[in-house]
Amino acid sequence: MLKVEEQQPVTFSSALVASFDEIVNRYPAGKQKSALLPILHLVQAEFGWTSVPAMDKVAEYLQIEPIEVYEVASFYTMYFLQPKGKYVLEVCRTGPCCLVGAEKIMNHIENKLGVKEGEVTPDGLFSWRGVECLAACGFAPVLQIGPEYTFYENLTEESVDKLIDDLKNKQI
Amino acid sequence: MARKLLLEHINVPGINTLEVYRQKGGYRAVEKALKTLTPDEVVEEVKKSGLRGRGGAGFPTGMKWSFLAKPEGVARYLVCNADESEPGTFKDRYLMTHIPHALIEGMIVASFALGAKTSYIYVRGEMMPQIRILEKAIAEAKAAGFLGKNILGTGYDLELYVQPGGGAYICGEETALLESLEGKRGNPRIKPPFPAIAGLYGCPTVVNNVESIAAVVPIINDGGDEYAKIGIGRSTGTKLISASGNLVKPGVYEIELGLPVEEFIYSDEYCGGIANGKRLKATVAGGSSVPILPANLTLKLANGDPRLMSYESLSEGGFATGTMLGSGGFIAYDEDQCIVRNTWNFSRFYHHESCGQCSPCREGTGWLEKILHRLEHGQGKMSDIDLLWDVQRKIEGNTICPLGDAASWPVASAIRHFREEFEWHVKEPIKSQTSNYGLANYAVPIEKEEVKQENL
Repeated sequence: MLKVEEQQPVTFSSALVASFDEIVNRYPAGKQKSALLPILHLVQAEFGWTSVPAMDKVAEYLQIEPIEVYEVASFYTMYFLQPKGKYVLEVCRTGPCCLVGAEKIMNHIENKLGVKEGEVTPDGLFSWRGVECLAACGFAPVLQIGPEYTFYENLTEESVDKLIDDLKNKQI
Repeated sequence: MARKLLLEHINVPGINTLEVYRQKGGYRAVEKALKTLTPDEVVEEVKKSGLRGRGGAGFPTGMKWSFLAKPEGVARYLVCNADESEPGTFKDRYLMTHIPHALIEGMIVASFALGAKTSYIYVRGEMMPQIRILEKAIAEAKAAGFLGKNILGTGYDLELYVQPGGGAYICGEETALLESLEGKRGNPRIKPPFPAIAGLYGCPTVVNNVESIAAVVPIINDGGDEYAKIGIGRSTGTKLISASGNLVKPGVYEIELGLPVEEFIYSDEYCGGIANGKRLKATVAGGSSVPILPANLTLKLANGDPRLMSYESLSEGGFATGTMLGSGGFIAYDEDQCIVRNTWNFSRFYHHESCGQCSPCREGTGWLEKILHRLEHGQGKMSDIDLLWDVQRKIEGNTICPLGDAASWPVASAIRHFREEFEWHVKEPIKSQTSNYGLANYAVPIEKEEVKQENL
């Protein structure tokens, strides 16, 4: 769902726009819409989520209609249409990971963080959710954390505890 | 030891760098192709190799290339499909992480063969670390003169870019991938026209899997005929198999096609057997979309002959007793795994990943998930099993792209081979919540068929 109420307008820094320009140059003239997915990743990395004002600015930059941005952002699972925690723990919940304990890991994360899937911890640091196959089935269970999508493999309850504690203490 | 064409140098320190990759013979294929072969000769070598698409469909790569339209004055594109998302498959991630230059080198040779001046590698967005690795490798290759203008002084120009996806399994379907690369939702296109005629930006386009493109390198180095000598029958060459589930040594293995399935599962050279001393109950041999088989049909054909890791042997017996090699995502289930739960899990995946374009898939995958959820959670009826069968039959073949089939096959095969386990969930709604149906007779070895004298 798009969250539209009470959103402050955003501004894109000149460095961010310069990286947009670099991406647009990868495509033939007039095909700048191809840059939409990579640009949305950059926007999300910058602001933590993909807000409507940010999408409107992207539409303006790419000279396309805002709806062309909304429909893409809401189709793909990686774009957050709501604010999330600073660290979003995305745990693979598909078949092979479940064979070796992904469900247990998700329950453990829920208990450890004290918030349900999709919610944000009161300190604003963490969210978590189950995601579909991350193509790392041989190293299961796995989770990833954006915006660089760092991978954590062969998870155990202990390794998850350590990960969360390290993130809290900014050891990572 | 089996021959390794793609992973031979996987353990060499620094093989992810151009320098070490070249020390190990890297970029010879680029030199050979661009300096001594014509584009058509490269296509011919790939045809001779018998290489079949490694993404799942197994369509001959050389033939796909030869279909590419070449109208005057129209750009042509090569797009690499690195949207690896098929549950059970993680070979492309592995290859790109450890030997990125194998993909870059293959892209240069393939682009030359197809006459593409701009090529894209479409990588699923979650693989941001691999995107960074590829971008670095591309910069290295460009600095060394293997990309850009006038490559190696041959007059051939090529720009290569990495494009991130946004998190959608459907973008592994080639026309959905092209839509996504154009900055749109990943809705598959109606075919024809095929991408070879009208693909990216309406121009002739070839879309190939990562492993297919990397395989072009040894094919050009050693010749298509040499490549075709490896393997068995129409399954030529080597294949990367992603092994996961309840195995002693899950991971990515390069096999010569034709390896017996039993050897792959149990030998120490490969998976080392079933983890924790348990017994094998079932396998999914080629990624979640292909039919699941009980242990006995995994190891043997219906006639008792050993089943081999090849396109033909795995599909021997059709869907009645066979499966498919698919993408090579090999998932092993031990005796304590629940087939109903696994089928529900897969159905949830397909429901989640349906793009919503075709009603049978959009609605049907949701129904499959719902029915399987209640069966798994002790609230199913006996008639639900037939209902599942009915729903999957009405999805299969009735959608624009193969996601509908992919959603149907796991359900159909689970019911076909494990019906008693589904019935047990209905008959024992409480017990099934705390215990598993177990191994039952799924591992009872298939006896070699007696050759009846009177029939001879």
